[in-house]
Amino acid sequence: MAVTKVVMPKLSEAMETGKLLRWLKQEGDRISGGDIIAEIETDKADIELEAFGSGVLRKLLATPGTAVPVGELIAVIAEPGDDISAVVGGAPARPVAAPAPTPVPAAAPAAAPVPSAPAPAGVTSAAMVLPPGRLRVSPLARKLAQRASIDLARVTGTGPGGRIIQRDIEASVAARPPAAAGRPAAVAATMPAVAAMAPAVARTGPDTEDVPLSPIRAAIARQMTQSKAPVPHFYITTEIAMERAAALREELQALPGAPKVTFTDVVVRACAVTLQKHPGVNASFTGDAIRRHRAAHIGIAVAVEDGLITPVLRDCDRKSLFQIAAESRDLVERTRARKLRQQELSGATFSVSNLGMFPVDEFSAIINPPEGAILAVGAIVDKPVVVDGQLAVGKRMRVTLSADHRVMDGAMGARFLADLKAALEAPLALLV
Amino acid sequence: MAVITYREALNHALREEMERDDRVFLVGEEVGVYGGAYKVSQGLLEKFGERRVVDTPICESGFTGVGIGSAMVGLRPIVEMMTFNFALVALDQIVNHAAKLFYMSGGQFPIPLVIRGPGGPAHQLAAQHSQSMESYFCHVPGLKVVRPTAPRDAKGLLKSSIRDDNPVIFIESETLYGVKGEVPDDADFLIPLGVAEVKREGRDVTAVAYSGMYYRVLEAAEEVEKTDGISVEIVDPRTLRPMDTETILASVRKTHRVLVAESGAGFAGMGSEIASFITESAFDDLDAPVTRIFGANAPMPYARNLERLKTPSKERIIDAIRKLCSV
Repeated sequence: MAVTKVVMPKLSEAMETGKLLRWLKQEGDRISGGDIIAEIETDKADIELEAFGSGVLRKLLATPGTAVPVGELIAVIAEPGDDISAVVGGAPARPVAAPAPTPVPAAAPAAAPVPSAPAPAGVTSAAMVLPPGRLRVSPLARKLAQRASIDLARVTGTGPGGRIIQRDIEASVAARPPAAAGRPAAVAATMPAVAAMAPAVARTGPDTEDVPLSPIRAAIARQMTQSKAPVPHFYITTEIAMERAAALREELQALPGAPKVTFTDVVVRACAVTLQKHPGVNASFTGDAIRRHRAAHIGIAVAVEDGLITPVLRDCDRKSLFQIAAESRDLVERTRARKLRQQELSGATFSVSNLGMFPVDEFSAIINPPEGAILAVGAIVDKPVVVDGQLAVGKRMRVTLSADHRVMDGAMGARFLADLKAALEAPLALLV
Repeated sequence: MAVITYREALNHALREEMERDDRVFLVGEEVGVYGGAYKVSQGLLEKFGERRVVDTPICESGFTGVGIGSAMVGLRPIVEMMTFNFALVALDQIVNHAAKLFYMSGGQFPIPLVIRGPGGPAHQLAAQHSQSMESYFCHVPGLKVVRPTAPRDAKGLLKSSIRDDNPVIFIESETLYGVKGEVPDDADFLIPLGVAEVKREGRDVTAVAYSGMYYRVLEAAEEVEKTDGISVEIVDPRTLRPMDTETILASVRKTHRVLVAESGAGFAGMGSEIASFITESAFDDLDAPVTRIFGANAPMPYARNLERLKTPSKERIIDAIRKLCSV
């Protein structure tokens, strides 16, 4: 019979670890393929983990609340008679969530080293728990921790076998609350002459405040740096007359039973149609080739409380404007509620970022690799324009294409923008 | 600067040094009339004559001994091994005589001898002709050991080896003879022995690699840069003995993670030596144990698929780099 290894899935391009939030099944439960067995928190969203195999959930290896590297074994599904010792024995040891060795202060019983209520039996197996009194720490991490006065017992290791490595110390330093106030006063006392000249209202507290990086901010920081450094960006801007698109949108919305259609939806549909004419723009750089994508899967940048998520609307080239409007609305709402499914987080071939709801005339976006381009959309503004030699008031929208120069050149980007402009200025074609 | 092959770079080094110093001569199987089994000495017989380009019978212990004797009386011989695997026949001459005479004669007899030829795995040369023997020679006090990677290294290091007053084991590679690269034409272009080179700058992992393995590690580095954003620094020691530990340690202190790649077997290999001095000197800078990549512990099979399995592949190197970075 088949033994199914359940590993921490890679749910987005940038994902390195996932936190197991909770097990939804217990050891001994019978599982069919497709059952939801756990919830996982990634950099960007909480995701439900589906089982790929059927059988009995024999072993739960990951402890709720711990970060697990992508690809690491977290559970085993097999038939009751199957020998799974070889599979389980091969799993790297991981520490339990709270470090056992340190004495727990009476004031903080919550930090007790006992896993909370529905503790899977797996955590008690020998492979899971470190010998008491011994933390796994890389020599570098030990040195850095000492230098930064970090208590290693309070750091969760993300290296092999739960070893504390450099990045764990760096994360602890970043997450540390800013140093307590009080020092400025002491300094002032030793420098009375300077203190006398200080403004009447003295500033208290430290001059800076370090806000710890949330997982999403850390992911954005990493992903954007990985884009901007290696991807040679170039930018092309054009201005688009939006009178007819605005009129069309109003007419569509007035239809009975019509969904709310946003300008973003209109732009997404126009991009999908235009990308079909410009396969060179709907492309990625693979290192030794340029990969052209047949479908236009469009990422839509959505601002959330502490960052930015770009969920993917698939096959926009084959969807009507109404379909795009309905689906994108659902996608945006679920993005804000952090209820995305894993396949909605990756696989875009092109992205649209619209800041038109703000007083933004135009801006340049950073490409989301491995996509080859992203369109940055500014606000639609009423402005003086010249029509047939006469001054008139027009609705204008400025868009900027950021493109990967390894994939395309300026002329190709310019031709794409020209056709996009034409599509939005004569928008009836978006309906067919 | 001309773009020439590794083979031509070696030929130019031999030619220039023989022109510069008439004590320098070449001896070995097929080095004269045939121009070298791998054509490294092509044209030298015509230019320098039979007294300085000497064809020998198939007898490595004999002509290595001739080299050592002539070095004792003031000449500067270059002994060609058709492949380094054949140097095993001359091991007593190399280890017990070339490496020890200067010491045992109280400094009376320096041995300015270069023993050169190709070594390491190539294409289906099987068990007896594919061995990476640098670690054998590195183990012997009194020998210097060089493994050039790029054509530029081949020329600069061979010229320095010929000018060195110690016996130098200079191991080339069949698979690199055709590699092209920029090489200075300057007759006084030298690369000093015992100086490593950072051949690729990086941030996250130091990879120590030389000769053919350098090129495989380079491919792996380029791939992980794209797929994982991991930036690999590659340090080529160039000379294995004396080893430029400082350049390697400086890189380790920057990246905190090390991979050592060699094509030979791992046990008591170059990787073991490099891993131990890094652990001794930079323990507190390490964020992960030093990782070694090496050939399987087996004689080299003749079959092409098995040969590939024995030799470290790009995929294995990539896996090792990802593991090092806990990706």
